[in-house]
Amino acid sequence: MTTLKVPVTPHDHAKGPPNAPVTLLEYGDYECPYCGLAHPIVKLIQKHFGQRLRFVFRHFPLSQAHPNAESAAQTAEFAGVNGKFWDMHDGLYDNQDRLGLPLYLTLTSLLGLSELELREALVRGTFAPKVRADFLSGVRSGVNGTPCFFINGVRHDGTYAFEDLGAAIEQQLRAHVMT
Amino acid sequence: MAQLLTAGTAAPNFTLHVTPDQLLTLDDLKGKPVILALYPADWSPVCGDQVTLYNELLPEFRKYGAELLGLSVDGVWCHAAFARDRRLHFPLLSDFEPKGAVAKSYRAYREGEGVCERALFVLDQKGVIFWSYCSPIAVNPGADGILDALERMAKQRDIHDNAQSSSHAA
Repeated sequence: MTTLKVPVTPHDHAKGPPNAPVTLLEYGDYECPYCGLAHPIVKLIQKHFGQRLRFVFRHFPLSQAHPNAESAAQTAEFAGVNGKFWDMHDGLYDNQDRLGLPLYLTLTSLLGLSELELREALVRGTFAPKVRADFLSGVRSGVNGTPCFFINGVRHDGTYAFEDLGAAIEQQLRAHVMT
Repeated sequence: MAQLLTAGTAAPNFTLHVTPDQLLTLDDLKGKPVILALYPADWSPVCGDQVTLYNELLPEFRKYGAELLGLSVDGVWCHAAFARDRRLHFPLLSDFEPKGAVAKSYRAYREGEGVCERALFVLDQKGVIFWSYCSPIAVNPGADGILDALERMAKQRDIHDNAQSSSHAA
């Protein structure tokens, strides 16, 4: 059983109640096509489980294979400090085939954030340490590819099809009711 | 799954091609920790993910002064194309002729399929196996085991060095 070595903290990007019985955590890469496929499934899962689920996202950019993954992750972090992480996150996945500075600037301005500040943050690598910390926490937790999901701290080795992920979450919910 | 050579065993030396005109000898790397990653084949989906991940982790491995070597039975030209395609920044060794001889010496060869096991070895500075792990062939073993081993090895070395320096002082 492979378990999460770095627990969820307030520095993580989380959606859903902090005391939800189930936490679904994803290590993902904005340029990874499989993460792109998983994105709408995660949305459905969130909708299906509602307040019973907290979703957490951590970066796992494989930047040698995906040249835009790192800059996309830093752009999401930039939006995050401005309270818009999830909007940017969705915008990046919804436009996965167009990743790059022009897209980041468009999304930034659509979210009412400063394009100049984004440019500066990317040039300075302001958010690079945060992205790297996410990546390394994943490596130490046995993330071996993306997307990689953890359900209540245990790596989900099944597929990310709605049925598989949903069943694994249901199982945790039942265990929660029993205790 | 094969019974790999285990911790405490001296790592068998070898000389293999890393490029069509370059050879690498394991013993030349003595003095540094070495990560030896055996995998079944270039281009197969799991290996692809595994080497991509390790490629990304080279800076972490270098923090421990460690050298990473990939090894499979693929030929040098196949390795060259694979490394270029995946933009790999570490050497891939070709255990091609006699086929699988090095993998066999580490007891990490699958006779039936004629390929290496998906096996990891971390060697210490003296060329002794510190940790080894054989993954199910279709499962990418990730890198957590490698990093744990490098960390434990570095700690033991610190303790050893401290003990030596204090005994010199005394």
